[in-house]
Parts: sequence; C-alpha cells; structure tokens
Amino acid sequence: MSAVIDNHHADHAHGPAKGPMRWILTTNHKDIGSMYLWFSFAMFLLGGTLAMVIRAELFQPGLQLVQPEFFNQMTTMHGLIMVFGAVMPAFVGLANWMVPLMIGAPDMALPRMNNFSFWLLPAAFGLLISTLFMEGGAPNFGWTFYAPLSTTYGPDSTTFFIFAIHLAGISSIMGAINIIATILNLRAPGMTLMKMPLFVWTWLITAFLLIAVMPVLAGVVTMMLMDIHFGTSFFNAAGGGDPVLFQHIFWFFGHPEVYIMILPAFGAVSMIIPAFSRKPLFGYTSMVYATGAIAFLSFSVWAHHMFTVGIPLTGELFFMYATMLIAVPTGVKVFNWATTMFRGSLTFEAPMLFAIAFVILFTIGGFSGLMLAIAPADFQYHDTYFVVAHFHYVLVPGAIFGIFASAYYWLPKWTGYMYDEVLAKTHFWMSFVGMNLAFFPMHFVGLAGMPRRIPDYNMMFANFNMVSSVGAFMFGATQLLFLFIVIKCVRGGKPAPAKPWDGAEGLEWTVPSPAPYHTFSTPPEVK
Amino acid sequence: MKTEGLSTASLVKRLLLLVVGMFAFGFLLVPIYDVMCQAFGINGKTAGSVWQGQEQVDMQREVRVQFVSSNAEGMRWSFGPEDNEIMLHPGEARTVNFLAHNPTDRVMVAQAIPSVAPSRAAAFFHKTECFCFTQQVLQPGESIEMPVRFVVDPALPNDVRRLTLAYTLFDVTERMAASLDLAAVHTN
Repeated sequence: MSAVIDNHHADHAHGPAKGPMRWILTTNHKDIGSMYLWFSFAMFLLGGTLAMVIRAELFQPGLQLVQPEFFNQMTTMHGLIMVFGAVMPAFVGLANWMVPLMIGAPDMALPRMNNFSFWLLPAAFGLLISTLFMEGGAPNFGWTFYAPLSTTYGPDSTTFFIFAIHLAGISSIMGAINIIATILNLRAPGMTLMKMPLFVWTWLITAFLLIAVMPVLAGVVTMMLMDIHFGTSFFNAAGGGDPVLFQHIFWFFGHPEVYIMILPAFGAVSMIIPAFSRKPLFGYTSMVYATGAIAFLSFSVWAHHMFTVGIPLTGELFFMYATMLIAVPTGVKVFNWATTMFRGSLTFEAPMLFAIAFVILFTIGGFSGLMLAIAPADFQYHDTYFVVAHFHYVLVPGAIFGIFASAYYWLPKWTGYMYDEVLAKTHFWMSFVGMNLAFFPMHFVGLAGMPRRIPDYNMMFANFNMVSSVGAFMFGATQLLFLFIVIKCVRGGKPAPAKPWDGAEGLEWTVPSPAPYHTFSTPPEVK
Repeated sequence: MKTEGLSTASLVKRLLLLVVGMFAFGFLLVPIYDVMCQAFGINGKTAGSVWQGQEQVDMQREVRVQFVSSNAEGMRWSFGPEDNEIMLHPGEARTVNFLAHNPTDRVMVAQAIPSVAPSRAAAFFHKTECFCFTQQVLQPGESIEMPVRFVVDPALPNDVRRLTLAYTLFDVTERMAASLDLAAVHTN
C-alpha cells in the first residue's frame, strides 16, 4: 500500500520521507488518516470473513461446518473486530484526514500523539486476533462479554482480550483528545463554532463521548482482570459481588458507544446530501443541537439493554421513556435531511446513493429500536434475531454506509483521481440489495423467536436463514469490489479537479486534488 | 494559531483529568450500585437483619414462602431445604432448616447467596438469622443443619401472596484456603 501512495507525493517539494519509516514515524495527519482507513478496511474484511463463517453455518439448520464452541468465538470476534477495529478507526481516519482540511488547520494539534494512537491499534488487534490460535480458543462470550461468562467461565485467552481492549481504548481516548484540541484550538481565523462543517461538529461531540465512556470500559475490563487473577469479587456472587453490576457498567459505556459509531456518519451525510442536492443544509443549527441532545440523552438510557434482568417497574418506565425521547432529536435530523433534498437539483453519484440509503435504512433501524424500547415488548424480543436485525440496520447502512459515502465523496481529494462511477454504483446496489437480503429476514425470524448466538435453529426458520446467508455472501463479496475500486482510484484515472462536486461546500475543496502533503501552512480567511 | 480560549497544553490537561475522573467513576459505580440496591430493595437483595417492626402479626393474611436451592458450578455438596414451602402470617417469625452434606474427602468452605423473588417483595423480607451471614466449613462426609429465621413485613403489598427465597451455594474453599486451618477447629 505504501508504494502505491508514495507515487503521488514523491515528486512534491516538501514531500514525505521515503521508505517504510515514513509510515512508522509520520506525524502528518494525511498519512495517519490513510493508515487508519487502510487498517479499518483490513479489519472490516477480517470481521466480515468471520461473519461469512457465521452465515455459512446458519445457511441450513443443524451443525455443518463448525462446532458450537468455534461458532461462539466467531460471533464474539466478529462483533469486537467490527466495533473496535473497523467502524471506530474508520471514523478516526476520516477525522484525521478531513477535520484539519475542513477547519483550515495545518495538521492535528498533537501530531506525535496522533502517530502513537494509530500504532497502538495494530498492537491491540494483533493481541486480540492471536487469541484465535491459542489453546482453548478465542473469547467466546459475545462482544458484550457479560460476567460471569467472561470471568468465571471465560477461556484463558480472556486476559489477552482485556489487554487488547485496554490498548484500543487508550488509542481512542488519545485520538479523541487530539480531535478536541484540534477543533477547539486550530480553527482558521473567522471559523466560529457555528460556522464549522457538521462533520467537525459531530466529531467534536463524539470525541467528548469517547472521553466520557472509554475510561468506564477500561474500568470494567480492569475489574474483570482483577476478578480473574487477583481474587476480587466485583462480579462474583460467592464473594459478595453481582453479575448484574457488570451489565450496568458495561452498558453505561455501551450505549454512548453506539452513538460514537453513528454521530460522525450523521455529520458526513449532513455534508454529502447538501452537496448533491445543490442546496445548503436545512436547519444547520437544529442539527448541531440535535447532535448534542442525542449525546446527552445517551447517558440516561443504558438499562434498556437489560430490561429482562429484573429491574423495578419504575426503572423500566424511566429507561423506556428516556429511550423513546432520543427518537425526537434523531427525527429532527431525518426531517432535515429530507427537507434538504426537497426541491433540490439532485444527482445520484455514489456518495449520494449511499447517503440516501443511509437516511432510509437507518430510519428503519431507528424504528425497530423504538419497538425494542417498549419494555413489555422487549421481554419477547430480547436476545432474539430481532435485536440482531435492529443493530445491524443501524450499523451497516448507518455507520458503514456513512463511511462508504464519505470515502467516495473525498476519494478524489485523497488520490487526485476520480473513482470509477459505474463500478461504484455497482458496489452500492450490490451492497444495498445484499445488506437488505441479509438483515431484513432477521426481523421475521426474531419475532418468531429465533435466539441469537446459537449455531443451530428450528426447521421453520430455514428459508429465511438461507435468504439471509445469500444476502450476506453477496454483501461480503461486494466489498472486494470496493477494495478494487479504491486501488484503481489510487493508481490513476480521470484527474480530479480541486472541487469535483459542483454543489460541495467547504475549505477542503479550496486545496488542489490530491491534497498536497502540507496544507493551510498559512491559515485561510473564513468570511 | 493562537486562540482566545485555553492553550493546547492546558486543554489537554483538563481532558486527561476528565479521563481519569471517568475511570474512577466506573469504579464508583460499584458502591453506588450496592447503595441503590439496598435503598430500593431491588435485585432480590433482602433487607437487613435488624427488624424493628411491631410484633404485630397480621392474622388476616397468609403468605406462601417457598424455598429453592441450587449449587453453583463445581459445588459438590448436597444442599436443600427441609421443607419446600410454608404458609405464614406477615409479622410472624419462623425458622426453616436447610441441610447440607459434604460428600467429598476434603474439608470444604461454602458460602450461600440468598435472593428473593419477586424482587419488589425483597425489601419486605427480613432474615433475623441466617446461615448465609457466615461461611460454612464441613469436614469430609459431615452433614449440617442450617437455620434461617425470618419475618415477612406486614407492610408487604397486598397482591404479593407468594415469595420465593432462593439460595445458591458457592464453593469458596480455595478463596478461604489461608484461614481454613483456623476455621476448621471451630466447627462442631
């Protein structure tokens, strides 16, 4: 990968150093952004491969390919790799590349820390992935690693998992600190907070969420470590602890975490839809406040993940209504996107296709979320495929389509070439159809009672599961096409002008394509 | 790149402070959770052993109290209640015996963890004396009769007619290995 990108910058005046040391020692936000994006894509393919194993096993009822123990490792590692290895680093990569360009800063505020936060990730995931080859196998307790499944009954590799989470958490926290410092201190003169592009706004809020909850995650895995090795009893009932406590602490982290994975996508889509509607974003201010409201509310809804553990009725009512309240600011956003498109001169290039699919499909995921928020109904939905359908609808066409939309939108700026539009549209339609085939039937089997994380199922679910698997294979295979499109675009193609999208707004389009190694060494003037 | 706000160094310092604070808050959730459970009697945690209610027995009502026992993973004792259920009037103190037998050939220490269902009734269930307050040490092959004495608060909501007291017995021999020698002397 390095050789490919080297070509573009090698002849530039103040270009990067040559050879592999450029990537190891770099403090350049564009280099680090590219590394984050490539890393997250590699993790996306790996996590996707594990998903393919899951779907292959579930293609038919009965046990065909893998043993239940291995199946459990697949569901666990798929979740962990996708959440911490694919989605989060992809957004940090986008932030690294685009935030300084959008606010007219020469680089991130803390470039050396930036380098360190990236290089922690290969260490973290090297550690995590190595557990697959260990005696006793990889973590097998689900990505939510509920105690005592992960403490008393976890495999020996759990300790490696704990340290991997620690490293990934430190990386995220440092990344978040860097982004906040950049946004608050390095904006070009005249770039007031309320003039910032929405991607910058949503990342600022996301970064605060990260700082607030990643330490809590670090705390909960530390407690696990102490329970496993040092004889404490945080989650061990025999010693006076309580396993339900684990779920409270985990979801205190876990619920804001889901907004960490979606807010930057909200921001990117809020920039892409106006660009291809050739209209300014409808309701910029309300978008900012809605994002803030979602982030704020995300701290008061965690127990909706655990309605069935036996919390009191008043607690269930509180968490039910608080959860439903989040639909209000989210609804504001959806209406703003729809209103932005209304009577605009729309064109449907790949970024716009992904952005529109994002709005529609994310809304479906939001609605199934509202259904799950209804405490009495949740007693039936809990731990079924309905939940799996719900969170894949918000994460795949939500977070991941947001990332694809951003990648196509800014690829010309990154590489200096236009991507192949026909292939990109093929990628979109294959992803769109594949993803819906894979996840829509899960609503039905879930409502009918198919439990999640089980390698076998009742005969009556066979047809829907076969459809799901076919859709998943299609979605998975299509991502290799995406890899091809990106490599093709990096290597050449139609040269991209500084501003390849005529409706696009923002400072990033004022620099040439590809963006020079150093940009905005003198800050631009923002009117 | 000077801005009117904080310098980058002091901004980063404050953010790091926030990180440390949130890490500590994660641990603070542990006592907060215990206090909340105690205060609201939720999660099946029973009320304290101090029972200061009037000695008035509500003869109008009868409540069924059931006893359930189970062994945690790896626990080899036989363990169970003498009676599976009793009927009582709220306010009336009753004693029920649980029987435990250590069939293994080693000295073992056990800890019983109680839980009351439905959880909203847990706050009205007072154990004045319970084998779960201490740990049990049994010699190889030894059996023991363990009493639990309890009162159901007359303030128990009227629609609760049945309570279940469940015990899970955990093997804590390894955890208690250090003090085992001393404890073994005091048995019998």
